[in-house]
Amino acid sequence: MWEAIRANRRRSAVLITGMALVLFALGALGGNALAGPDGAIIGLGVALIIWGVQLAIYATNAEAVLLTGVFAKELKREDSPQLFNVVEEMKIAAGLPFMPRIHLIDDPAPNAFAVGNKPDHSAICVTTGLLHRLNRDELQGVIAHEIGHLKNRDVQFMTLAAVMLGSIVILSDVVLRTMRFGGRSRRRDDERAGGGQLQLILFVVAILFAILGPVMAQLLYFACSRKREYLADASGAQFTRYPEGLASALEKISQAQIAPTFANKATAPLFIINPFSGTGVPPVQSQATNGRDARSTFSLFSTHPPTAERIRILRGMTGAALADYEAAYRQAKGTGLIGTQTLSADQPQPVRAASADEPIKTRQQARDLSYRAHGYLTVHCNCGLDISIPEGYEQDTIRCIRCGRVLPIPAASVAVQSQTANPEPRTMQYTRTGTGSPRSERGWESFRCECGRTVQLSPSFNAPHIRCTGCGRDIQIS
Amino acid sequence: MPIIIVLVVLAVIVLGLLGWVAGSYNGLVRLRNQLENAWAQIDVQLKRRCDLIPNIVETVKGYAKHESGTLEKVIQARNMALAAKTVGERAEAENILSGTLKSLFAVTEAYPDLKANQNFLALQEELTSTENKIAFSRQFYNDSVMTFNTHIEVFPQNIIAGMFHFVRREFFEVKDEAAREAPKVAF
Repeated sequence: MWEAIRANRRRSAVLITGMALVLFALGALGGNALAGPDGAIIGLGVALIIWGVQLAIYATNAEAVLLTGVFAKELKREDSPQLFNVVEEMKIAAGLPFMPRIHLIDDPAPNAFAVGNKPDHSAICVTTGLLHRLNRDELQGVIAHEIGHLKNRDVQFMTLAAVMLGSIVILSDVVLRTMRFGGRSRRRDDERAGGGQLQLILFVVAILFAILGPVMAQLLYFACSRKREYLADASGAQFTRYPEGLASALEKISQAQIAPTFANKATAPLFIINPFSGTGVPPVQSQATNGRDARSTFSLFSTHPPTAERIRILRGMTGAALADYEAAYRQAKGTGLIGTQTLSADQPQPVRAASADEPIKTRQQARDLSYRAHGYLTVHCNCGLDISIPEGYEQDTIRCIRCGRVLPIPAASVAVQSQTANPEPRTMQYTRTGTGSPRSERGWESFRCECGRTVQLSPSFNAPHIRCTGCGRDIQIS
Repeated sequence: MPIIIVLVVLAVIVLGLLGWVAGSYNGLVRLRNQLENAWAQIDVQLKRRCDLIPNIVETVKGYAKHESGTLEKVIQARNMALAAKTVGERAEAENILSGTLKSLFAVTEAYPDLKANQNFLALQEELTSTENKIAFSRQFYNDSVMTFNTHIEVFPQNIIAGMFHFVRREFFEVKDEAAREAPKVAF
């Protein structure tokens, strides 16, 4: 762990200075080629601005940018107490001084990742596909792996890499695509306006990005050493004292074989399993279909070690301590992994027993969770259909798409004003209909505040009033 | 001239020694704080369990009137845990509490109405997780104790530890293997 933290700190410094050097050199050279020594200074300035913006994004809200990029939505504790409990358990086991926030992506591909530029600014993100596939022990293993990344400070470095290198990769994609598809019309416009100079500049910029893009992408892959994934697996096993949980989770994730829709080149290295690897295809199958291709992509471009190998090492552990992982790793790979300073503080740990079976969420329950996080209103029709209505739907009724009944949308009404002294904020009142939908996760009830925001009542909610998160008004529940 | 050289060498040695003492002392303090933090974390979770117990006892009472003996035992164990003073006493009382909770959950198996109760399910998840959190915080505490004890006993840190009265800490131990497992709350 200590070695990992030091290595990450060193790599971050190298990345920031390296990025500055590359950008400045390219800016100066590009500017010089275009307009001589004056151009070089302008180019340098542009490079400085790009670098500054990157650093600013990283330092201020990198995780918000990345999470928005994958359409993640933050969960509240009452949305999924179990998930929160599992994260909190692992936070305690790792001795982290802060609780990461939890985000959810609505996607059938099971995956998870952690982001954050500072320890107290970190978030763990899971997909609905992960929630409805894994049992508690497996979920715990995955979360422990992510917490291991947080503890080793991998997350900070990976977030930095995703922002600094990923932004260039995406920018080059955008520029190249505009050149390819929009180039012609622009050229005609430019000729009409006599803007030969502008055309030249655009051309040079495009060339620059065309060169820079793949180089940065390659660097991004180099940056995420696979050693880091093994190390996080080791901490995952150590925190849970149950290597089988993570092993069986990895197995389930790699067997899912669903291409995710949310990941892009910049965020791919962050995930627990590479979203683009076509997942851990069984070796026999890949040999038969496109054996050589699969092999070579593993060795050159893979951001993650082969999943089958990770599972084999985890299953080869005789205890749950770091030393046991080290031994299993040595047996599989022939070399050591964990630093001696960390190993010297290690103690033997027995593997604990599996915890009791609990029902795994159904796919529908996992999706309902995501709908709730996005503020959807659920209306239950007597014909048995649940209708999820997005926030911002303005009518007071909705027609059931199956049976045609017109259903009222539950909404809070303005309470009778008791005093004249303070007209703002007005209080609202809402009468509970008793039950939520029987099919959605039991007992949740949702209604609309006057401001348009959806208010969700958890099954265990029994307070007399609730505050609207949109307008802050006090809503009496009866 | 040689005297000056000797003095400079001496000063360098003394400064280096002071630096080492300060560094070791700070390291020990850091470890001790981590330890105390870990202990506080166990405390928080144990308290939370004690807070949850009256709720779950109330809920179970409504459905399973004939199990007052089991409920009585849970309440007793809880009060004992609350009254415990030393680490050892506390650990023992908490182990008994874990055991009685296990039998309480075993008893609830016979009441299907109870198992369908929303409130009970929520409490059960909370209690299961609190048991896990207790186990994990104990695990982290014991790891910290081990690191701390090793640090204050190895040479030459033991000199500093002796000078500033850093003493060995007690482990938070679970007696038998059975009690180490969280009560199984399978339904």
